[in-house]
Amino acid sequence: MPPVLELRNITKQFPGVLANDHINLSLEEGEIHALLGENGAGKTTLMNILYGLYSPDEGEVTVRGERLDIQSPSDAIASGIGMVHQHFMLIPVFTVTENVMLGEEATKNGGFLDRKHTADRIREISDQYNLEVDPDMYVRDIPVGVQQRVEIIKLLYREADILILDEPTAVLTPQEAGELFKILGRLVERGKSVIFITHKLQEVMEIADRITVIRRGKVVGTTTPKEATKEKLAEMMVGREVQLVLEKDAPNVGEEVLTVKELLVLDEVKQVAVDGVSFSVREGEVLGVAGVQGNGQTELVKALTGLQELEDGEVTLLGEDIAHATPRTITELGAAHIPEDRQKDGLVLSYPVADNLVLCTYYKEPYAKGVVMQEQAILERANELIKQYDIRTPDAVTLASSLSGGNQQKVIVAREFSRPTKLIVASQPTRGLDVGSIEYIHSQLLKKRDEGTGVLLVSSELDEVMELSDRIAVMYRGKFVAIIPADKVSKEQVGLLMAGVSPEQAGVSEINMLANEEGNS
Amino acid sequence: MTEEKKVQKASEILVDELTKEPENGTWWQRAGQSLLIPLLAVLTGLILGAVFIIITSEDVYAAFGRSFGQGVGEALRIVWDSYRALFAGSLGDPARISAALQSGDGETIRRAFNPFFESLVASTPYIFGGLALALGFRAGVFNIGAEGQVFVGAIFAAFVGYAVKGVPAIIHIPLALMAGALGGAIWGFIPGWLKAATGGHEVINTIMMNYVAFRLSEWLLAGPMKRPDSFNPVSPTIEESAMLPQFFGYPIRFHLGFFLALGVAWFVYWLLFKTTWGFNLRTVGANPSAAKYAGIKVTRYMVLGMTISGALAGLAGTNEVLGLNHNLALAFSSGYGFDSIALALLGNNHPAGVVFAALLFGTLRNGATKMQVSAGIPIDIISILQAVILIFIAAPAIIRTIYRLREAKDTGGVQMISGWGGN
Repeated sequence: MPPVLELRNITKQFPGVLANDHINLSLEEGEIHALLGENGAGKTTLMNILYGLYSPDEGEVTVRGERLDIQSPSDAIASGIGMVHQHFMLIPVFTVTENVMLGEEATKNGGFLDRKHTADRIREISDQYNLEVDPDMYVRDIPVGVQQRVEIIKLLYREADILILDEPTAVLTPQEAGELFKILGRLVERGKSVIFITHKLQEVMEIADRITVIRRGKVVGTTTPKEATKEKLAEMMVGREVQLVLEKDAPNVGEEVLTVKELLVLDEVKQVAVDGVSFSVREGEVLGVAGVQGNGQTELVKALTGLQELEDGEVTLLGEDIAHATPRTITELGAAHIPEDRQKDGLVLSYPVADNLVLCTYYKEPYAKGVVMQEQAILERANELIKQYDIRTPDAVTLASSLSGGNQQKVIVAREFSRPTKLIVASQPTRGLDVGSIEYIHSQLLKKRDEGTGVLLVSSELDEVMELSDRIAVMYRGKFVAIIPADKVSKEQVGLLMAGVSPEQAGVSEINMLANEEGNS
Repeated sequence: MTEEKKVQKASEILVDELTKEPENGTWWQRAGQSLLIPLLAVLTGLILGAVFIIITSEDVYAAFGRSFGQGVGEALRIVWDSYRALFAGSLGDPARISAALQSGDGETIRRAFNPFFESLVASTPYIFGGLALALGFRAGVFNIGAEGQVFVGAIFAAFVGYAVKGVPAIIHIPLALMAGALGGAIWGFIPGWLKAATGGHEVINTIMMNYVAFRLSEWLLAGPMKRPDSFNPVSPTIEESAMLPQFFGYPIRFHLGFFLALGVAWFVYWLLFKTTWGFNLRTVGANPSAAKYAGIKVTRYMVLGMTISGALAGLAGTNEVLGLNHNLALAFSSGYGFDSIALALLGNNHPAGVVFAALLFGTLRNGATKMQVSAGIPIDIISILQAVILIFIAAPAIIRTIYRLREAKDTGGVQMISGWGGN
């Protein structure tokens, strides 16, 4: 039997770039085939060709042995190929039913919308695959993980049996990702086939049947999770050996840099988000805050960096009370901040790289004399940092918006780390980045720690927290349920705490007390 | 070629391509790129304007009634006549200029050159107004209240113009200018402050402030500021010491205001792009979240943006009072504040762009009068022309499609400069 889908010698040339260079790929029925590669390796171009958004310069696509000429997404859908994009194509003010029927509206009585028919069909699909989607809910009211399932239903409603998922876990919490994997398992059990695009090694090892690695537009190789190791895959992706596990020395802990007592912060709708949290960060250590997204981490970081008013509690940075200080005061005291949402808070995308590199210091000598900005000094500094931090940009006046995610994050890291800092607050510093970039940012964070800077690392990637932290605080429903030395706790224990299991039950109550005393002494 | 070399070569070519992008090119490449769309929009506007002239002309229908050839001939003739009148009326008639120069008579020469200068006079309030809106847009505020600020500026300037007596021009003119700017600034500050303090949207509030300004000026001209010896709702004539000097004799009305406008345009450019204040304003406009992160007081700069924007709009009204009308009359502004919104857009919210756009608008407005008189084309055709130009500016995709221009940032959706892998 021929494969469900086969790509032969797909080549796509863009001006100056060979995005896909004679790529071969086959998808068997009932298989999850992971397409692994760094950002910009050509994965998305390949899938856009398959989905009819681009036409290839060379090569052919066959579905069940038949040659296809895909000119547009509707051709792709007609051949049973469906795609869930990284950014969902849903209309928030429409219900699930309305979103699903959009473009293929069921009608009755000569032209009136037949919502019931579609809703029934959605319930059927939802039951069949255990998706738990309520067709009558408005999309704006349902969590991201469920929105993604709506996207999957859209494909199943159109009777797609080849599903392409483009970086589907980028927007999900670990729990939601776990659920997605279960759903994908059920889909392939029932004969659907899945192409899973990602750059996350862990996921690939977990769910793929086969793995094809692409680098710079070419297939490096195809393997299976059994044959491959994470290290091997990372090397295939990046083209050189990558250190997945960082070596770090024992911390050389000094004075307390940041002290927080009984911090109370409300979120946008005036609900308690941070509920009486106390901790301290000392020179030369990394305090990692683990927790499922949405347990108050965002508000905690915003309150500490002056971006959000706190309701109650004490915050002291280097002996100064910063509970109600402005972001600039906090920055000038020596705190650096890698914000959670790099495009919204960390960068002005319509500004050149150079201006973004001085975003927190532009008003100071030598970048400004009085009120007059010194373009020359800014450019010189920018070129220096671009070189030092290896930011891949044509030049310093290129707009930040035209850089890749990894390089945008490097701009922020360069800006924040190049100032004299005593405290770094890093929030989701590697979200959405590829292996090479993650390795770089991790090593930079540890370098800062070794130089004696206190680091508060907030991340929903448990591996990241486990790997970098000297102490781990687990945040659950606005509280720190435990603060534990990282070497005295297992990943499973932290996972249990994140899920709301009490320290006693997780078996960490004693060491928890210990670390708290140590940390607050 | 080895694998590595090929990749290297590919990325080199790409980097070359990328550096050719307008935003990374030399200043003239960037200027050329940003001028291309507006220029094509104007050209397309003129072509569509011609179509409107033809289909609204009875003569053309009559000529088509006689024969097809005559119809086409008449259509071409009327378009030619109209646009000739438009440009002669706004830039001057070459034949008339050379005849005037030969005659050697001062007034005849001035009359021949007057259309050109009159265009500059008409452009001046547009420059101030366009700058007001452009600065507002850069700071992230949409100042629809420029028209009201024009009026309040004019009220303040007129009052200082006639009420302050016995001071020399060197003091009186700056004083009146500052008063006008202050009036507009107050009218811009109020909605700005309302936005900062209460979250009230500036678009709504500035529209409301417009009505307050209109009615305020009517009340003032009916009572407190009314010229005692007049039956008309007009303010007293301002003191001669407050009038902006004119450079030529009758009938040329060209006055200092034009150069002031250019000076202010340069100042706005300097402020926005060369100072930390401008950096703050632009950052607040471009990304308020990042501005807050960078330690900029977002609400303060929003209010400041509205206030400066108001001051600039106030200067537009001031310019008309001190330079042309020499008094405050009812409804003296023919919608400068509203046209300025479009103008700022046409000028890409850049002071230099605004000056060019203002010159275009002033020229078209001025020429339209002549076109109406000599070719019998209704002045409204110019409004249509302006509207068409703006539609094209607002929807550049249409222009790109018509002229098959490439999307400015087309790298084919790939970013090869993204990987950090070391090779």
